[in-house]
Amino acid sequence: MSERILDIKNLSVTFGGLHALRDLNFHVDEGEIVGVIGPNGAGKTTFFNMISGMVTPTSGDILFEGESLIGLDPNQVTQRGISRTFQNVRLFANMTIAENVMVAQHCRTKQGVWGSLFNTPAFRKEEREIREHAEKVLGFFGTRLIGYRLEQPASVLSYANRRRLEIARAMATSPRLLLLDEPVAGMNPKESAELTDLIGKLRSEWGFTIVMIEHDMNVVRDVSDRVVCLDHGETLAQGSFEEVSNDPEVIEAYLGRPLEKRDAS
Amino acid sequence: MSTEMTTMNAAEELLGEAPSGLNLDKAVRYGGLLALSMIFVSLVGMVVGLDSRQILYWINPDVYVNHPGGVGISLGDIALFMWPLLLGAAVGNEVVLEGMVGRKRGVGDLLNGFVVGAVGGLGVAFMTMLMGWDREVDPDNGVADYGLRDPLVNWNEELYILLTFNRGWAFALWAWPLVGGVLAAVGASLRLMPDGIRKAAVAAVVAIVSVSIFQFLVDDLFEGVGETIADPGRLSNFFNDDPGAGRERVDSVFDGLIEFIYAQRGGLRLQGVILVGVAAAGLSLVGSYVTRGRVTKARKDYFDTPLPERTKSTAALMVLVSLALLILPFFTGKIVNELLANVGIFLLLALGLNIVVGLAGILDLGYVAFFAVGGYTTAILTSAGRGDAWPDWIPLFVNDGEPVLGGWLVALVIVMILAALTGLLIGAPVIRMRGDYLAIVTLGFGEIIRLLFLSDWLSGYFGGAQGITNIEGADFGPLGTVTGVNPRSVFYLVIVFSAIAIYISWRLEHSRLGRAWMAIREDESVAEAMGINTVNMKLMAFVVGAVLASFSGAIFSAKVGSIFPTSFLILVSIIILVVVIVGGMGNIMGVIVGSLVLIGVLGGPKQPGLLQEFSEYKLLIYGALLIWMMLKRPEGLVPNVRRSRELHQDEFLQDAWLKGEVDTDDEDGEVATEVAPA
Repeated sequence: MSERILDIKNLSVTFGGLHALRDLNFHVDEGEIVGVIGPNGAGKTTFFNMISGMVTPTSGDILFEGESLIGLDPNQVTQRGISRTFQNVRLFANMTIAENVMVAQHCRTKQGVWGSLFNTPAFRKEEREIREHAEKVLGFFGTRLIGYRLEQPASVLSYANRRRLEIARAMATSPRLLLLDEPVAGMNPKESAELTDLIGKLRSEWGFTIVMIEHDMNVVRDVSDRVVCLDHGETLAQGSFEEVSNDPEVIEAYLGRPLEKRDAS
Repeated sequence: MSTEMTTMNAAEELLGEAPSGLNLDKAVRYGGLLALSMIFVSLVGMVVGLDSRQILYWINPDVYVNHPGGVGISLGDIALFMWPLLLGAAVGNEVVLEGMVGRKRGVGDLLNGFVVGAVGGLGVAFMTMLMGWDREVDPDNGVADYGLRDPLVNWNEELYILLTFNRGWAFALWAWPLVGGVLAAVGASLRLMPDGIRKAAVAAVVAIVSVSIFQFLVDDLFEGVGETIADPGRLSNFFNDDPGAGRERVDSVFDGLIEFIYAQRGGLRLQGVILVGVAAAGLSLVGSYVTRGRVTKARKDYFDTPLPERTKSTAALMVLVSLALLILPFFTGKIVNELLANVGIFLLLALGLNIVVGLAGILDLGYVAFFAVGGYTTAILTSAGRGDAWPDWIPLFVNDGEPVLGGWLVALVIVMILAALTGLLIGAPVIRMRGDYLAIVTLGFGEIIRLLFLSDWLSGYFGGAQGITNIEGADFGPLGTVTGVNPRSVFYLVIVFSAIAIYISWRLEHSRLGRAWMAIREDESVAEAMGINTVNMKLMAFVVGAVLASFSGAIFSAKVGSIFPTSFLILVSIIILVVVIVGGMGNIMGVIVGSLVLIGVLGGPKQPGLLQEFSEYKLLIYGALLIWMMLKRPEGLVPNVRRSRELHQDEFLQDAWLKGEVDTDDEDGEVATEVAPA
C-alpha cells in the first residue's frame, strides 16, 4: 500500500525492573488512523512518550520517514513532524488561547532577536502569518475558540474546550504525524461524537496521519483504520476493530468482559 | 439582578445574625502581634536610634529655647507608635465577597481596637517592668547599668527612659495599655468614618509624615524649581549642575515657604503640620468631589480595553511620562539627581533580570556577575590606573588623563560582547538544570566571578582588593562628560539606557521569543514537546539579561570612577531579585516601581535612599517587605496580568464566573469550571 511513515522495531523500555514496553513492533502507514487500546498500565502513554522523545527507549529503534528518532530531544522530534497531545491536558494555562497556538509554531518560524527588536518587515510578515495560521487552526473547531476567546487565558476554558485547544496546539506545529492521547476523555457522548468527526477531518482535510490512544470504544471503532491492543508492554493483537475486539486475548486482558456488551451498555 | 439577590440572601442565611463588632479572640491575637512588633522595633534599636530625628514640633524649637529638642514627635516615636494605629485599623479588616453586604460597624469595633492596643501596650509595659528589675544604678555616679546589656545591645537606659516616659516602670505599667488602647482605637475608628472623611484623614496623615520624613527631597525640589523660576537663564546650562562650573547660587522663590514649614534643625513646625495637613485633606476632599469616581472609572476603562486597542493611550501615557522624566532633572538638585541615577542603575539591572526570571522563569542568583563583568571591562578600557599586566594591544581610551571622545561607547561595545560571552560560558553548563538546582549553581558562579576579581593571582589585571581607580567618565563631546561629580549627566545616560532596555524587553516580550519564554515558564516539558528548543531559548534569555546588566556595570564604572570587588557582593544579586519580585515579576512597569520604591526610598546595597535614617535597618525592612508581599500580594506591586492569574487562579476564575466569562460546555448545560490538575 502506501509508504510507512512510522516504523517501530523491537522497542523496549524498562524502568528499574519494570518492563513498560517489551519488544514492541508497530508501524503506521501514511494517511492511516491507528487506534491504540489497552487496559490501564499497558504502556500506551509510555509508548507515546517514547515516540515524542520524552523517554529514551532501552533498546530497539523508531524510524520516522525512514530516519531514526532515537537520541533526539522532544523539540527535534516535533521539528521532524510529530506532534502530540497529553492525557492530562497540559495547556499553558496563563497564556491566551491565541498565544497557546502561536507558540506552537515556534519550530516552523525563525525570526530572532534582531527581527523583534527592529520590527523588520520580515518579522511583521511572520507575526501576521503566525497569527493567521493560529486563527485558521482554531477555526477548525467552529466558533468556540475564536473571536473574543482568542485573547482570553486558556484557564477559563471548559474541559472539553481545553481538549480541543490542545489538539489545536498540536496541529499548529504543522506535523505529519499527530499523536492524540485520549482526545475525548471527559467529554459527553455528543461532544465525543463531534470530535470523532473532526478526527476524521484531520486526516481528510489537513492530511495528518494519526495515532490515537483512546478508551472510548465507540470512537475507536468509528474512526480507526486499524487497532492495536497493548497489555503489559506487549502487543496483544493488531488488525481491524472487529478482529481485535473479538480476539480472545484482548477480551481476557479487559478482565474477561466482552467488548460487545460494553458497547451495548 | 435576580441572581444577585439570591446570592445575597444565601449569604445572609449563611452568616446568620450579623456579629457584633467585638471579637475578643481576634483582638487578643492582634494584640499579641502588636506587642511583639513594638518590642521588636525597640530591641533592634529603631526607637532609640531614630529618636534624634525630629519629625514634628508641637512647640516651635526656635521660640522655645529652654527645651533644645523642642517638644514633638521623632522618627523613633513614629517607628513605635505607628504599630497600634496600623494594627488597630487592621483588626477591623474583613473580607467582603462580591455580592455580599458588609456588616454594619459600631462601637464594638472601637472596643475591638482598644483591646488590641491594650494587649499590645501590656506587652511593652511588661518589658519595661523587666527592664526596671534588671536596672542597677551605681550609687557613686548615678549611672544605670543593665545585666542583659551584653546579649541585647539596645537594652539600655535610653530605651528605658523612652519607654517609661521617664517616669519609671510603675507608671509605664498602667500608661502603656492606655496609650496603646487609645491609639489602636483611633486606628480602628478609621473604619467607622465615612469614605470621604477617612480618605481625607489618611491623606493628611500621610502627607504630614512624608513631607517631614522626605524633608530634604522637598527642600531640594522646591529649591530647584524656585531657583529656575527666579533665574530662568540657568536652564541654558542644564547639562551641568556642578555649582563650580558657572552655576550661580540664586535665592529660590520658595525659600520663604520652606522656612515657614520646616524648623531649622529639621522637622515640620506646628504651622507646617497644620498647613500640610489641611492642604492634603482639602485636596483629597475637593479632588474626590470634583472627579466623582471618574479617575477610577477611567482607570477601569483603560484596563478593560483589550490590549491591541489600548496601545494608543498607552503610547500617549508613555510619552507624557518620559517627557516629565526628561524635564525633571533640570529642576532637581544634586541629591535627587544622584538618587535618580542610582535608581536608574538598579533599574537597568532589574530590567535585565526581569527577562531572565520574570519572562523565562530562570531563577538566577548570580546575576551580579554580569554587572561586575560590565563594570570591570569598562574600567580596564577607560582607566589609566588599570593593572600593569595588560598587554599594550588592549585599547585604553584615555589620553593624558582625559577621556577619549566616544571612547566609552567603543568600550561599551566590547563590554556587550564580553558580557554575552560570559553569559554563554556560565549559562551553557548550567542551563539544563531546573529550578532550585539552577539557582544554587548560578549563585556559585556569581561568587566565582567576584572571587576572580578579588584574587591575588589576577591582581595584576584587576587590582585585587584595591580594585581599579581613576576611571574616566564617558566623554560625549559637545554634550559633556558623564562623571559622578555631575549626577545629572549620569541620570541622563541612565535614562537613555533604561529606555533602550525597556524597548528591548517590550519588543522581546511580544515576539516569538517572548512567547517561547512564557511557555517555558509555564511548563518546560510541554514547551519542549511543542517544538521549542528550551536550552537555546533559556540561554538566549540568559545572554540578553547579561548584556543589560553589563550596560549597568559600564555606567556604574563611569559614575563611581573606581571599582572594587566589594561592589559586587551576592547581596546585589539578592536585592535586584527583591526589586523584581516586589515590583512585579514579568512586568516592566512593576520593575520600574520596584526600583523606585526599594532603591529610591530605602536605598541600594551601598547607596542611601530617601529614608537615609533607616539605612541601618534597610535589610530588615527589605525582609519584612518581602514576607509581607509573599503573604498578601505575591504578584508584586504592579503585577503582570498572567503572573497574578497564576497566583490567584481561584479568585480569578471566581471573578470570571461572576462576570459570566467562564466558558461552559456548549451542550447539555454541563458546566465544567474547575481547574485541571497541574
